[in-house]
Amino acid sequence: MSVDKDTVRRIARLARIALEEERVEPMVNELNGIFAWVEQLGEVNVEGIEPMTSVVAQKLKMRDDKVTAGGDAAAVTANAPSSEDHFFVVPKVVE
Amino acid sequence: MSLPTTPTDFSLAEARDAVAAKKISSKELTAAFVKAVEGARTLNAFVTETPERALQMAQASDARIAKGEARALEGLPLAIKDLFCTKGVRTTAGSRILSNFVPPYESTVSQNLWNAGAVMLGKTNMDEFAMGSSNETSYFKPVVNPWRAKSSNQSLVPGGSSGGSAAAVSGNLCLAATGTDTGGSIRQPAAVTGTVGIKPTYGRCSRYGIVAFASSLDQAGPMTRTVRDAAILLRQMASVDPNDSTSVDIPVPDYEATLEGGVKGLRVGIPKEYRIDGAPPEIDAIWAKGAEWLKAQGAEIVEVSLPHTKYALPAYYIVAPAEASSNLARYDGVRFGHRAEGVHDITELYEKSRAEGFGPEVRRRILIGTYVLSAGYYDAYYARAQKLRTLIARDFTQAFEKCDVLLTPATPGPAFALGAKSDDPVAMYLNDVFTVTVNLAGLPGLAVPAGLTADGLPLGLQVIGKAFDEATVLRAGRSIEKAADFGAKPTKWWTT
Repeated sequence: MSVDKDTVRRIARLARIALEEERVEPMVNELNGIFAWVEQLGEVNVEGIEPMTSVVAQKLKMRDDKVTAGGDAAAVTANAPSSEDHFFVVPKVVE
Repeated sequence: MSLPTTPTDFSLAEARDAVAAKKISSKELTAAFVKAVEGARTLNAFVTETPERALQMAQASDARIAKGEARALEGLPLAIKDLFCTKGVRTTAGSRILSNFVPPYESTVSQNLWNAGAVMLGKTNMDEFAMGSSNETSYFKPVVNPWRAKSSNQSLVPGGSSGGSAAAVSGNLCLAATGTDTGGSIRQPAAVTGTVGIKPTYGRCSRYGIVAFASSLDQAGPMTRTVRDAAILLRQMASVDPNDSTSVDIPVPDYEATLEGGVKGLRVGIPKEYRIDGAPPEIDAIWAKGAEWLKAQGAEIVEVSLPHTKYALPAYYIVAPAEASSNLARYDGVRFGHRAEGVHDITELYEKSRAEGFGPEVRRRILIGTYVLSAGYYDAYYARAQKLRTLIARDFTQAFEKCDVLLTPATPGPAFALGAKSDDPVAMYLNDVFTVTVNLAGLPGLAVPAGLTADGLPLGLQVIGKAFDEATVLRAGRSIEKAADFGAKPTKWWTT
């Protein structure tokens, strides 16, 4: 399987990473180099094999459904590039 | 045993014992390392130095020692990979997008170390988001390996992604350091800098507060100058943690206590698939030597097969980017991290902040991950890779019916020159060919220095163990260390 320029533009959009037009072609080549290499996984018969979901056999732990942290808006917004009164500020989203 | 005359030459164990015996104060020890760090900026091992905090912590440790309240790592200066969140100290993950991020909380692993009395010297450089095998993808410029080939001034890479930690340990800029390992990021840099590194079993250390790369593969571990030091540090790093549901609730043994137990009767498996075409003959030679050393100490050598080994790296390059594309979705330029200027709407804000904030390798992996998880491709790529992972883990389970540990080379070669592999992603990925299988199967793996190439560069061996059997891995590693009698150190060409 290989990707073309349209696919690269589409996945860049899905990933929300701006990709300048002149970077599209080199990215196609880089990704296809990597996909050509992973193609060898196709040689293996995986019929009846369960995909791995947990690398160490253990039951997912349960805990009480109660608040254990939070309530510190100043700390939460301290690293925000732009904030006002403990709200994150972004460009206008709704017209 | 007599102590080295220079405090920065102490091992972690020597320093611990010297501090406890009041032969040296933590302040003297810490001051010596602060000076070593400042004098080694050419190596670029640290992204952030924290000398004032170090000296304050040392002073507090000395006060505790005076009161007879010393803890396991009291007053011992360590370096922390810049992937561990440290409260109030910038944590960058080697990325522009986190270049101004100051965590409001502490990672569990680093908190465990401070609770044991350790002192923080600073945060070490690394490949961006731990994606790399040479430390060249760091936004803060590459780290330089303290080692150079005989009669050469060529700068070499320290491996990656924990390259700053490896260089700091190798260059005696700290007693020991923390690393993280997703596909080999502790063991590969340890091997090419002549140091020791162990990736413990998945779940042994909490991942809470470690900037996430690929959550089903990431594990923290120690990077040290001796196997004993790795045993000491791992015990303190490991814990079950309510903040990480994958951390495992089983007791952490005293690894140091069983370290000298030897390998008599231990069955050591040699997986034949780890002999790869094109590997330098020195790799095979050191591997054979390692098996001889263990045999001479009473181990039984058994040939075993791990038939799906060759599919581990390609499977990894599906699974890891898929998880990374999901984990790195949080960097949006809104809540923390870099934000692009002069944007007109929210989509442009996301797209430009992420394009500016992530470097080329990270962008590439996010795109791979996005593609393999996108509609119509999930089964062909991601589901198939996870099935391969089941087969790789099964290979190990079957091999461990015939042996107790596995012995393999740690890397396909010694440290290479800066820039030598930057143009070909797949050539770079192949550095992790011997280490990545262990992450996919969740097992513990240790890199231990075993010898030097003809050019005088370090090579390492890897010991792989059963899940949660780090004690046996460390014991076998110690036997190799004793037989190899490595002891070589880089010349201090970098000191100013």
